[in-house]
Amino acid sequence: MSKVFLALQDVDEARPIVEAALKDNPGAELEHQPAMVRITAEDRLVINRDTVAEISGTDWDPQDIQLVLISFGGNVEEDDDAFSIYWN
Amino acid sequence: MAKRLNMRERYKLMTRLGWEPSYQPKEKIFPYDKYEGIKVKDWDAWEDPFRMTMDAYWKYQGEKEKKLYAIMDAFAQNNGHLNLTDARYVNALKLFIQGVTPLEYQAHRGFARQGRHFEGEGARVACQMQALDELRHTQTQIHTISHYNKYFDGFHDFPHWHDRVWYLSVPKSFFDDAMTAGPFEFMVAVGFSFEYVLTNLLFVPFMSGAAYNGDMSTVTFGFSAQSDEARHMTLGLQAIKFMLEQHEDNVPIVQEWIDKWLWRGYKVLSLVSAMMDYMLPESPMSWKEAWEIYFEENGGALFKDLERYGIKMPWYADICAKEKDHLSHQVWGILYNHTAAAAFHTWVPDDKKMAWLSEKYPDSFDKYYRPRYEHWREQQEQGNRYYSQTLPCICQTCQIPMGFTEPDDPTQIAYRSSEYMGDKYHFCSDPCKQIFDREPEKYVQAWLPPQQIFQGNCGGASLEDVLKWYHINLGADNMDYVGSPDEQRWKQWKGLLDDEPPAEVSNG
Repeated sequence: MSKVFLALQDVDEARPIVEAALKDNPGAELEHQPAMVRITAEDRLVINRDTVAEISGTDWDPQDIQLVLISFGGNVEEDDDAFSIYWN
Repeated sequence: MAKRLNMRERYKLMTRLGWEPSYQPKEKIFPYDKYEGIKVKDWDAWEDPFRMTMDAYWKYQGEKEKKLYAIMDAFAQNNGHLNLTDARYVNALKLFIQGVTPLEYQAHRGFARQGRHFEGEGARVACQMQALDELRHTQTQIHTISHYNKYFDGFHDFPHWHDRVWYLSVPKSFFDDAMTAGPFEFMVAVGFSFEYVLTNLLFVPFMSGAAYNGDMSTVTFGFSAQSDEARHMTLGLQAIKFMLEQHEDNVPIVQEWIDKWLWRGYKVLSLVSAMMDYMLPESPMSWKEAWEIYFEENGGALFKDLERYGIKMPWYADICAKEKDHLSHQVWGILYNHTAAAAFHTWVPDDKKMAWLSEKYPDSFDKYYRPRYEHWREQQEQGNRYYSQTLPCICQTCQIPMGFTEPDDPTQIAYRSSEYMGDKYHFCSDPCKQIFDREPEKYVQAWLPPQQIFQGNCGGASLEDVLKWYHINLGADNMDYVGSPDEQRWKQWKGLLDDEPPAEVSNG
């Protein structure tokens, strides 16, 4: 078991993404640092397009995460429906 | 109506535009992709984790730029530099523009040049985008930091310094080494070792340091760049996995490159360790903590993932673990000693900083380093602030002055040497020696600042001659922070001068 992490800018645009991450990934933890939020999870973290869209009330393209992304730890898989980080 | 293609399919259609050449043999079009011994059976196996076509690229980059420059303008218009915790912090930015920004430019050139030499289009497109990103980083850093150039010393001639000044040959030689390697080694050196494994140890200290010390401008640049870095990280990791999956013969070659480049990167980062522990009036975390999170924990998880390919954690990982209690203090000592010849200030840490250092380094600070600082402080109070008048012996590989100690004995300076073609070469450590011994023909050509100065290639025989050749303004860019024009101006702006009423803060 290895920890993956996702660090996002602590701005309004990131809030639905953070909420979606915590909703869809049981066991995921949130940490606040200056101007940044850090989400950690065991082995896998998935951000689902539908969940983010539902929370924000508007369409969301997983590629939009790039506007608020700071860093991550793990392998990345990106498609039309989700943005995922995982270790094998 | 035809169904919209999914991301994978769209990207493939827009980037896999290669063809079998018929006018020229393939080896002439891609002359450098075989000589390193890396075997590729099938370039179609290259996976693009971030599938950004050019329209998406310009859309996102344009959005980021608009936000970034708006914040820079606001910072400048509101004299944001007056919100810093203390002007000592600005020396971290001097180190950044002098040491890091030129490397961004080198990375731009490197990816443009090396990326051209991969046969697979996926790799070429990703390198091309990274080359654009790195040029963006160069420019945004210069723009961000240019504001400070209006108010502080130590910024005005950074490209000139980078190519000549002694401590800057440390980062410069790192990239010269990478640029003169082949395309696959370049990918492992920069894309993997630096952009994936070590990037957090460069960016997090500078950016959270900026956040903790009131430098909103730099924080904003940092976050804006980091989203590009996410793409760079995936390129580096993908390149490694591609090489390892293509042929088992690639594994030992890649392992050697990983071992070489993680050490070279670690040595460059020792300058960052001193910055984060000593230059930040408010320190978010210590080097030791950063190393534990970003290398031991994150790097540990990564190497666990790579185990299935037969890749191992570099053999010297335990040296780094032993050094984490000492690295920053030893580097600060080196920089403190040679500040007369540097384009930034150093100083003896105050009691508050020393209390923080005691807390963060319970096994080493009070025993080995506090007595040193208390002695230097005493000397300074008596008017004897020490500045070395001689040149240090530097390591032939990493080019840092040889002030590092044995991993198992922090009271013993570490010396290693090798003989090659009748000459003797000096190293700070076993890994630096091993890097040299593996490729001596490369490292014997290193441009070493002390040797060059002694040969008379740097403006003359005196320190003053050399500083003039460096374009360092004596008594302004160099020497201790205490007594510097930077300090004088800061006290004036903040109303801290003993004999003056508080200055009016300008809003224009």
